[in-house]
Amino acid sequence: MNPTLNLLIGLAMGLNLLALGSSRLPAIIRTMAVQGVVLGLLPLVIEPAFGWVVALVAFVTVAVKGFVIPTLLRRAMRTANIEREIEPSIGFVPSLLLGALGTIAAVAVARALPLLPQDAGTLVVPGALASIFAGFVLLVGRVKAISQVCGFLILENGIYLFGMLLIRSTPLLVESGILLDLIVAVFVIGIIVDRIQRAFDSLDTRKLTALHE
Amino acid sequence: MIAILEIVFRLALWLLVAPLLPGIINKVKAWVAGRQGPPVLQLYYDLARLWRKSVVMSTLASPGFVIGPAVAWVALVVAALLVPLGPAGGALSFKGDVLLLVYLLALARFCTSWAALETGSAFEGMGAAREVSYAVLTEAALITAILSLSVQTGSVMLSGMLSLSSGPGALLLAAGLFSVLLAENCRVPFDDPNTHLELTMIHEAMVLDHSGPLLAVVLHGAAVKLLLFAVLLSEAVLPLGRLPPLAAAGALAGSVGLVTVGVGLVESLLARFAFRRVPLLLTIAFLFCLFALVLAWIGGAR
Repeated sequence: MNPTLNLLIGLAMGLNLLALGSSRLPAIIRTMAVQGVVLGLLPLVIEPAFGWVVALVAFVTVAVKGFVIPTLLRRAMRTANIEREIEPSIGFVPSLLLGALGTIAAVAVARALPLLPQDAGTLVVPGALASIFAGFVLLVGRVKAISQVCGFLILENGIYLFGMLLIRSTPLLVESGILLDLIVAVFVIGIIVDRIQRAFDSLDTRKLTALHE
Repeated sequence: MIAILEIVFRLALWLLVAPLLPGIINKVKAWVAGRQGPPVLQLYYDLARLWRKSVVMSTLASPGFVIGPAVAWVALVVAALLVPLGPAGGALSFKGDVLLLVYLLALARFCTSWAALETGSAFEGMGAAREVSYAVLTEAALITAILSLSVQTGSVMLSGMLSLSSGPGALLLAAGLFSVLLAENCRVPFDDPNTHLELTMIHEAMVLDHSGPLLAVVLHGAAVKLLLFAVLLSEAVLPLGRLPPLAAAGALAGSVGLVTVGVGLVESLLARFAFRRVPLLLTIAFLFCLFALVLAWIGGAR
C-alpha cells in the first residue's frame, strides 16, 4: 500500500478520461505527454532504494514520453495543418462513458485476480487495464490519424504500467529497447501522416479504405 | 414547544440568509470587472418591491400558473429544513430523509416547468425543455454523490452521511457537486442569469411571464436552492463531525461564503458554453461523482 503511487496512478487514470473527452488534438497530445511524465516518475516511487539504474530509467522515460514523442507529433500536426477532431466515429460523451465503464471494470477485475500481496493494494493493475482500454477506445473511435497515434501511445502507457510489476526483474536493456521502438514507431507514423496528407488532402483514415488510383 | 421554536428559528435563518448569496455573487462579479455593482442586499429590496406589485395573468393560464411557483417554493424550503446545519443537525431528521430531499428538489423543478408551460409561450416551453433535459444529467450526478456518501459512511440519514468525509474521494465529490451546483442553479457556464435573449436562457426563460409576488416567490426559491446546494457541498467535503461545535459552525459559514465567491469568480472568468457542449460537461461532473463512489467502494471493502 503506497499512497503516492496510488495518487500518481489515479492521476494517470484521470488523464485517460481527459484524453477521451477532449476534441482538440494539441490537448490530446498534451494529456498523453503529461501521462507519460507521470508514469515515468513511477519507478522512483516504487523502488524504495534510490539507485542509478532506476533513476536512469525514470529520466529516459520522462524525456522520451514527455518531450521527444510529443514534439514529433506536434511537428507532424503542424505539417498536416489540422487542429481538431470534428466527427469521431464514437462521440465524445459515449467514449467518455465507455472509458469510465472500462476503468470501473478494470478495478473490479483487478480485485478478482490472484495478485501478489505487495501488488494487491496498489492501483498498478487496474491503472494498466484502464489505460489499455482507453487507448483502444481512442484507436477505434477517432478518425484522424494523429488521435489514433495518441490512442496507441496511451495503450503503450498501459502496457508500460503493467511492466512496473516486474520492475525488479526487467533488465535495463529491455526497457531502453522498448523506448527506442516507440520512438521509431512514432517517427514512422509521422512520415505516414505526412504521406496521407499529401495523397488525400486530409488525415481522415476512413478515406484509406476507398479505392484510389 | 422548544422543538417548534427551533424549527421556526431555522426557517427564519434559511429564509433570511438565502437572498444574501446572489448579492454576494453580483458583488464579486462587479469587483472583478472593476465596477461599483449593486448593493449586497439588492435581492431583498427587489423581493419587497415585487411583493407589493400586482400579478398579470395570461388568459391561457390555468390555476397551475399560481400553484406551480407556490408548491415549488414550499418544496424547496422543506428540502432546506431537511439539510443538517453542521453541529446543530437537521430540523427534520429521520431514516431515509435523503430520498425525500432528492424528490422534493425534483418536485420543485416539475412545478416550475409546469407553471412555465401554463403560459402557452414558446420561449417558456423551450426553457422548460432545456431545464428538464439538463436535470436528467444533474440528478444522476447528485444521486451518485449521495450514494457515494452513503456507501462511505454506511448511513442513509443526511446528518450521518454529511458529517464525515475523507481524502481524494472528498476532492472528487467537491468537483462533481460544484458543477452540479452551477448547473442546478442555472449559473455560468451552463446558463447565464444575466442574459436578456430568450432563445438562450434556461431558468430565466421559464419565469418570463411571472410577475409581482409570483416572481418574488420564484426568485426567493432560487436563492434558497443556491444556499441549499452550497451547504450540501460544504458538508459533503468538510469533516464537520470531527470539529468542536463552534468551529464546525464557523467552518460551515466560511465554506458557504467561499463557495459563493467561487461561483462569482467562475461567472466573471468563464463564458457560458455552447448548448451542445453542456452534456459533455455534465457527464464529466457525473463521472467525478461516480469515481468518488468507486473510491468509497474500494475503501469500504478493504
